[in-house]
Amino acid sequence: MAGARRPLGVVMGAAVAVLIAAVVVGVVAGTAGLPPGRVLLEVVDRLTPGHLHSGLTERQQAIVWDLRMPRVVLAGLVGAMLSLAGASYQGVFRNPLVDPYLLGAAAGAGLGATVAIAYMRSARESWPIDPIVALGFLGAVAAVAVTYLVGTGAGARTSTSLVLAGVAVTSFATALQTYLQRQDDETRREVFSWILGRLNTATWGDVRLVAPYITVSVVVLLLHRRMLDVLRVGEDEADALGAGVAHIRLWVVGAATLGTAAAVSVSGLISFVGIIVPHTVRLLGGASYRRVLPLSLLGGAAFLIATDTFARTATGGDNIPIGVVTAFFGAPFFIVLMRTRAVAR
Amino acid sequence: MSALTLSRLTVCFGRRTAVASFDAEIGSGEWLCLIGPNGAGKSSILRSIVGLVPSEGSIEIGGRTIGGLSSRDRARLVAYVPQEPLLPPDMNGFDYVLLGRNPYVRPFRSESRHDRSVVAEIIERLSLHDLQGRLLATMSGGERQRFVIARALAQEAPVLLLDEPTTALDIGHQQQALDLVDGLRREHGLTVISAMHDLTLAGLYSDRLALLHAGHLVAEGSAAAVLRPETLAEFYGVSVRVHYEQDGTVVVVPLRSPSEQPSASRPL
Repeated sequence: MAGARRPLGVVMGAAVAVLIAAVVVGVVAGTAGLPPGRVLLEVVDRLTPGHLHSGLTERQQAIVWDLRMPRVVLAGLVGAMLSLAGASYQGVFRNPLVDPYLLGAAAGAGLGATVAIAYMRSARESWPIDPIVALGFLGAVAAVAVTYLVGTGAGARTSTSLVLAGVAVTSFATALQTYLQRQDDETRREVFSWILGRLNTATWGDVRLVAPYITVSVVVLLLHRRMLDVLRVGEDEADALGAGVAHIRLWVVGAATLGTAAAVSVSGLISFVGIIVPHTVRLLGGASYRRVLPLSLLGGAAFLIATDTFARTATGGDNIPIGVVTAFFGAPFFIVLMRTRAVAR
Repeated sequence: MSALTLSRLTVCFGRRTAVASFDAEIGSGEWLCLIGPNGAGKSSILRSIVGLVPSEGSIEIGGRTIGGLSSRDRARLVAYVPQEPLLPPDMNGFDYVLLGRNPYVRPFRSESRHDRSVVAEIIERLSLHDLQGRLLATMSGGERQRFVIARALAQEAPVLLLDEPTTALDIGHQQQALDLVDGLRREHGLTVISAMHDLTLAGLYSDRLALLHAGHLVAEGSAAAVLRPETLAEFYGVSVRVHYEQDGTVVVVPLRSPSEQPSASRPL
């Protein structure tokens, strides 16, 4: 892999540039027909202390600042989180094909959200937080916690039992969720739209809600980047090197779950981001987790901002579900990647 | 004083006893070789010393009981080369050896300049300089084995455990790898315990052999004392011819079972 020889600074610089480009396009592009130059001026005006006059009407300013910006920022946070969590999971389970939903986070979130949708419609107005978000978050955390308790019982030193427990918890939660969503057509429709991802309702409130969890998760995961490199020699050898694998696994899974739960609670289940972004950065930047983790963070943010921009503009404001777009581009990409890597080996 | 003392070391997997009350004292710079048929408990002894399987009894290194040590502190005292090391294909040689410095790197920090210079020195000493930038996937088996040993040396531990270090190597690379370990223990007083299947090599390189059978120590001593045809027949269930050379080398040659010997007179 030639990517490993490029200096880290160059690769990181390129990733930052791509992210900035994605943000600019994401803010400028839209179906409201706003002039791009003025939109950018408006954003710069808001973000800097000085005063610039963008010339946008108040309604246009609201479109830029209250609709597009939170959506771009939330897409960035969610994309960064899912990619980083995916890369971390791949490291801690030493399996390139796992995603952050491996231990039941997605199924748990789906169950929580479905309960909220089916039974708590009346509570939506009275709760300080949207119950779909709150129960989605709790469902994800609870599912992974159950997986962890079941999968790391006495004598289980390796992660295999943990992964198997994740499979069981996922099936169980999915069964419950599928049963509950049969309630009525309205529930089914809403659950489906949640499952396919929903960034179209993003507000600054969502951003404020998830940002603390995602920040904590990102910091903890990035701190473990060297440990994930040690784990590449396998759990036994890493333990023999004094790495304390059980501790690393607990911290990484815990942090990744916290962040993933926060991300899916506001965005629904966005698939493939957690797999394709880490793999792409491996191909471009090398396989060391010291590169893979920070690059996944930046690349994931850029990728989801770009796909979401496509989702809301491609069909003239039709808002294709973001999960459909990521999977539509993600799946073929993944197949190509697997085939080229198989040839390279 | 002995560098490594094992007293009443016992390893159980469920109800099966893999190692039964094994005692050994190994001096600084000494090489003890564990031999015995598959499942005799050789690997279990090594894995219990490094803390990968739970054990009873006591393990002392340099007079210090290591049972209560953190895995990090233990890794500064014992380096372990497993039977089949798991080599990340897309990691380069230098970074791989650098992993051996893990027990010295402070949590959440990077390796220090000192760590890197230790690694550079070991790579130099093992003549791996030209290979250090190559990915492990592109190396031959012998080259990889040298990097695995280099990684173990980077731990700067006084005790080195080798589990079947030569099984995957051809005769030339076997000799190279064992010569390397032999030289290191002579120069640096490294205490070595290895598990080996090749009895001739085991006798040739180690100071002492310990023959295990079903978790029990059944014979111990020099190659000439342990590698006797009747002993090997009893515990390996194999017929061998043993040559005792003038220089003390003991050569173990398996005999072909008579029933399977093709008869020379049989028509083709």
